[in-house]
Amino acid sequence: MPSANTAASGRPNGFANRINLQQYVVYFGFLAIFLFFAIVLRDSGFLTVRNLSNIVLQTAPATIMAIGLVFVMSAGEIDLSIGSTVAVSALAAAVTMNDYGLVAGVLAGLGAGLLVGLLNGALVAYVKLPSFLVTLATLGLFAGVSRSMTDLRSIPVTNGTFTGFFGSGAFLGIPSLIWWTAIAVAIGHLIYRETRFGAHVLAVGDNSRAAGVSGISVPRIRLTVLMISGGLAGLAGLLYAGRLQAAKYTLGETDLMTVIAAVIVGGTLLNGGKGSIIGALVGSLMMGMLNNGLILMGLSVSDQMIVRGLIILAAVAVSLREKSR
Amino acid sequence: MTVNAEATQGAPVLRLQDIRKSFGGIVAIENFSLEVYPGEIVALVGDNGAGKSTLIKIISGVHPPTSGTMTIEGETVTMSNATMARAHGIEVVYQDLALADQQSVYMNMFLGREPTNRFGLLDRRRMIDETEKLVKELDVRIPSAHATIRDLSGGQRQGVAIARATHWASKLILLDEPTAALGVAETAKVEEIVQSLKSRNIGVLIISHSLDQVFKLSDRICVLRRGKQIGVRETAKTDKNEIIAMITGLQHS
Repeated sequence: MPSANTAASGRPNGFANRINLQQYVVYFGFLAIFLFFAIVLRDSGFLTVRNLSNIVLQTAPATIMAIGLVFVMSAGEIDLSIGSTVAVSALAAAVTMNDYGLVAGVLAGLGAGLLVGLLNGALVAYVKLPSFLVTLATLGLFAGVSRSMTDLRSIPVTNGTFTGFFGSGAFLGIPSLIWWTAIAVAIGHLIYRETRFGAHVLAVGDNSRAAGVSGISVPRIRLTVLMISGGLAGLAGLLYAGRLQAAKYTLGETDLMTVIAAVIVGGTLLNGGKGSIIGALVGSLMMGMLNNGLILMGLSVSDQMIVRGLIILAAVAVSLREKSR
Repeated sequence: MTVNAEATQGAPVLRLQDIRKSFGGIVAIENFSLEVYPGEIVALVGDNGAGKSTLIKIISGVHPPTSGTMTIEGETVTMSNATMARAHGIEVVYQDLALADQQSVYMNMFLGREPTNRFGLLDRRRMIDETEKLVKELDVRIPSAHATIRDLSGGQRQGVAIARATHWASKLILLDEPTAALGVAETAKVEEIVQSLKSRNIGVLIISHSLDQVFKLSDRICVLRRGKQIGVRETAKTDKNEIIAMITGLQHS
């Protein structure tokens, strides 16, 4: 078979090429931003344990939303509705808890998130509408619901068990928000990387036709990832309500951009088929650190938004360049 | 086929009898009968629109036939989706290969059928080992089982798709234009792999537009024209002129 040899010998340097920028950019970015702030803000308290742990606590809801979005984006879909699901869930939890107690409140918060996910998922998977449009619509829809639910008022959350468990409390000396983050990342990573479901999510995002003819139920995967995203946005709502001891329609309003940026910077491809939960965690911490550092540097909210926007642009550029290679 | 052939080759893995398929009022396939024996390569030829793809879809369970019977190793089957065809040991290598480009070779080999360990987690070790074994047996030269599909050449991808079908098919492999997108050297390699399937005692039904390839690979040739079966010839006892005449419906003298 002399002629066949050349055909199958593979590309030279294929392996070297494959160590791609996109997969590791988040770790270098994280390190670079950390070092930058550590030097520039060395006298402004950036490096104190208190400030650094604050960053982790503040990013907990975004990190948890990001985990859901990794599943959604890996399946080739998007979930924009998380921005308002957070508020609806927090409000549902707060209102229910004040009338029916702790357990009912928690269930209402998570249930609200799952229901939004179910609605999104059913429309995407079975009515076959594009997730971008569906979740853009539900983003607006539930932003309106959360406003009308409470007449724009803030609902106090006074249940001490709740605020301890989901907010200011600690277990074994570690703040509960860090526990939630760690548990969600660990379970998310395990499911994403080591289960058949995780493999099927990637397959659907990579090539839905191939997944379909291979016996994977593509609609079921699409429904499930959007429900995961909704459920985790619901959990993020509980964490906000716990930490702030109140629920308001503004919760999570500005998180959407941060979460999408964290997921993309973290190495998840916009068009599906490839992603990383750990990358999203580091991406989320990076976005939180950036926020924190920019505030300490004295940048205004509008300047922070500009910097964040630029970072998303850079991340998308790297991501798309990678995809078209 | 004759009784004699059946005696020497055993029962057919696939037998189609009087298959008819219509979409609404339009008849796509009629009076189609064919047997494929284990270890045999049958080529399905015909012009564009002759019904080859419809036939592949009928056999792979995508479109159940309107009438007629399909038997697999003597057992009459009715299939309403591709999963049922796979359960009967029929695998298809689609023209677009149906590979997930950003996943590894081994994940593609087990796409939708990933084995798990006792904790319910993916058994990567087993997937990698089985992939490496098969890739070696079929002589598909890929850098490793971990390689990502999109880093492979067209021939290597085709090799992976055929290897996957070979791994799962216990009875029959359908190959839809396996070399249409390949260069000369890669085509030769893929043809070699297809030839080697004969020794695995599974039936192969191949669609190809290249008569050179059909004559090189097949044991028998089945000609379709406008949804009708024109005839089946033993490759060794026919020639290109006869097959071309059957495909086009024009008699050459």
